[in-house]
Amino acid sequence: MSVKIALKEEHIKAIRDICSSFNNDPGELINVLHKSQDHFGYLPAEVQEVIAHELRIPVAKVFGVVTFYSFFTMIPKGKYPVSICMGTACYVRGAEKVLDEFKKQLGIKPGETSEDGQFSLSSLRCVGACGLAPVVMVGEKVYGRVSTEDVKKIIAEYKE
Amino acid sequence: MIKLTIDKKTIEVEKGTTILKAARQIGIEIPTLCYLELEDLNIKNKPGGCRICVVEVEGRRNLAPACVTECTEGMVVHTHNVRVLNARRTVLELILSDHPFDCLVCAKSGNCDLQDLAIKMGVREIPYDGEKSTFIKDFSPSIIRDIDKCIMCRRCEMMCNDFQTVGALSAINRGFDAVVSTAFEQLLEKSPCTYCGQCIAVCPVGALTENDHTGRVIRAIADPRKKVIVQTAPAVRAALGEEFGYEPGTLVTGKMAAALREIGFDYVFDTDWAADLTIWEEGAELLDRLTRFLNGDKDVPLPLMTSCCPAWVKFFEHHFPEMSKIPSTAKSPQQMFGAIAKSYFVEKLGITREEMVVVSIMPCVAKKYESSRPEFAVDDNPDVDFALTTRELAAMIRQHNIDFRSLPEEDFDRPLGESTGAGVIFGATGGVIEAACRTAYEVFTKKPLAKIDFEELRGLEGIRSASIDFDGLEIKIGIAHGLGNARKLLEDIKAGRSEYHAIEIMACPGGCINGGGQPLHHGNFDVVKARWKAIYEEDANKPIRKSHENPEVIRMYEEYLGEPMSELSHKLLHTHYFDRRSDIVIDLEK
Repeated sequence: MSVKIALKEEHIKAIRDICSSFNNDPGELINVLHKSQDHFGYLPAEVQEVIAHELRIPVAKVFGVVTFYSFFTMIPKGKYPVSICMGTACYVRGAEKVLDEFKKQLGIKPGETSEDGQFSLSSLRCVGACGLAPVVMVGEKVYGRVSTEDVKKIIAEYKE
Repeated sequence: MIKLTIDKKTIEVEKGTTILKAARQIGIEIPTLCYLELEDLNIKNKPGGCRICVVEVEGRRNLAPACVTECTEGMVVHTHNVRVLNARRTVLELILSDHPFDCLVCAKSGNCDLQDLAIKMGVREIPYDGEKSTFIKDFSPSIIRDIDKCIMCRRCEMMCNDFQTVGALSAINRGFDAVVSTAFEQLLEKSPCTYCGQCIAVCPVGALTENDHTGRVIRAIADPRKKVIVQTAPAVRAALGEEFGYEPGTLVTGKMAAALREIGFDYVFDTDWAADLTIWEEGAELLDRLTRFLNGDKDVPLPLMTSCCPAWVKFFEHHFPEMSKIPSTAKSPQQMFGAIAKSYFVEKLGITREEMVVVSIMPCVAKKYESSRPEFAVDDNPDVDFALTTRELAAMIRQHNIDFRSLPEEDFDRPLGESTGAGVIFGATGGVIEAACRTAYEVFTKKPLAKIDFEELRGLEGIRSASIDFDGLEIKIGIAHGLGNARKLLEDIKAGRSEYHAIEIMACPGGCINGGGQPLHHGNFDVVKARWKAIYEEDANKPIRKSHENPEVIRMYEEYLGEPMSELSHKLLHTHYFDRRSDIVIDLEK
């Protein structure tokens, strides 16, 4: 479930800087994880090991926190992250069917990234565009009134 | 004092008392599951998470968990009205609905807190039918994790992190997927686990058990080409009786020897013999380092640290590799026994080491891992073939239709069954260093000890220190049991806050008498204290109480090894240690 990477010197320095900006305080673990995920886009095992070492806590504890909060991920996001709004308005107007279509077309489940690293899939709660429900976001771009038929077209815009 | 009513009985308790403890004072036993408290050790697990101990408190909207709710003035508590019983049953049924129904073949069957509770509550069916956890079963050399059985009481996590500071286990995931596991859900073998087995000792269900090797031992005994010999650790004789209905603290040394003979071992020997041998080697090493130190050699690694405990050895290999010169290089008694059995004793019998199978009975699960360490084998033939726990021995005795209680008292075989009182006390915290002092004192001062008992080294406090007068020379001794305490002691030494000549460390609270392979104490530390007393009783009753007076060890040195720390002793009885930090940590600490 984790992606193995070899950490470069600069990566280690970045994590150390984040940890020391919180005085290497184990009580700041969640903030350290937030900043680290901002920096790397995800939290691979190696990053967690460095954080554990810097904060002087067991790696198992860090992993426990990473797996508890759904915001943290150990899988890198795709080049084009696809998010389907599952807020009430979008949901009643068929967001689940749209999500199912994306799952089928991309061959991945929410929280996963396609093998070629191009797309990742996630659901989110309300982007404040309920008038356009159901709403899909790809990166920062918002698509409104999406039907299952539109899914193929949207993906095609980004396929390389 | 606070006055309250529990089940119509009035009681006065001290401020801060929980409802659970107040009820116990008047003989009301509220059932618990996740709760665990060992006051002598300051071990507490009361997350109030399982909700089995809920009671009704008049005036409170919700039911209250008795294990964490403190009594207040005028409180009126009901521990068994319909509302309470319904809630308690629903909680239990929900826990059971995500628990495998394999009680018939579970290693913990008959010894399981969850099973006991289901019996007590009279659960006859589970009305909830839904998804069940499906985690991968993890087989390490010592511990098997079957976390489908985990009920998230988190006792193991508390032991592993808060008490032992090992940090191998943590609660992971959330909701239905929540479970206690390792970092990245790796195998225990890839974690910093020391195999101390204290997680097993507190697990209320069958999620954590020892890796059972009894079948392999039975097959070896049945093989006519093999001579199968057995050694029994000191702490086993003080606890095995509990499995057969004896009061905790009953010594069953003689019956145990008879049972092992009945099972079919060719020779029934004693690890205490090897404990005496350990003292010869470790004592010589201590005196060698001390003499060099007193002669002005400031580079001598001091304090000398005992190395009998395999969980402790693995702990410092993970966390203090820079101090690897400090521990004694002497192998543990188990491994010394194996090395001598497969050299000296096979020569005596005129057989090859491959024709001999060495089995050890240990209070410990880490001993399984220790015996599998590659440096303790010659051409892939291990010095100790199988290490069984006290619990596994009890199971074997039952399988062999032996009526343990009616067995005669028998003695160990010679030569490797002769032992002294010093060998026996290896089973309790402070015992190894006391045994070492008995010998080191007499060898160093060349005077007989006025008093054999070193009371100042005994006790159950987590960290202890004492000064022993070696005829004018003050020897400072440190003792720690429990790996968290050991960590503190070592950090103090590293930082120069304390200075010792010798320190003893045992990974388990109380020492081997409370090892991860012993009969389960189910949260009652009085059991462990009774075993502790029994160990010193056995020592006091021994005709010989100093390791250097063991006639069979003396004979073995004369016939075979020459003297302690000789070339052959070094080859057979001493070892070396490894740096077990992860690659990333080594990189970071460069």
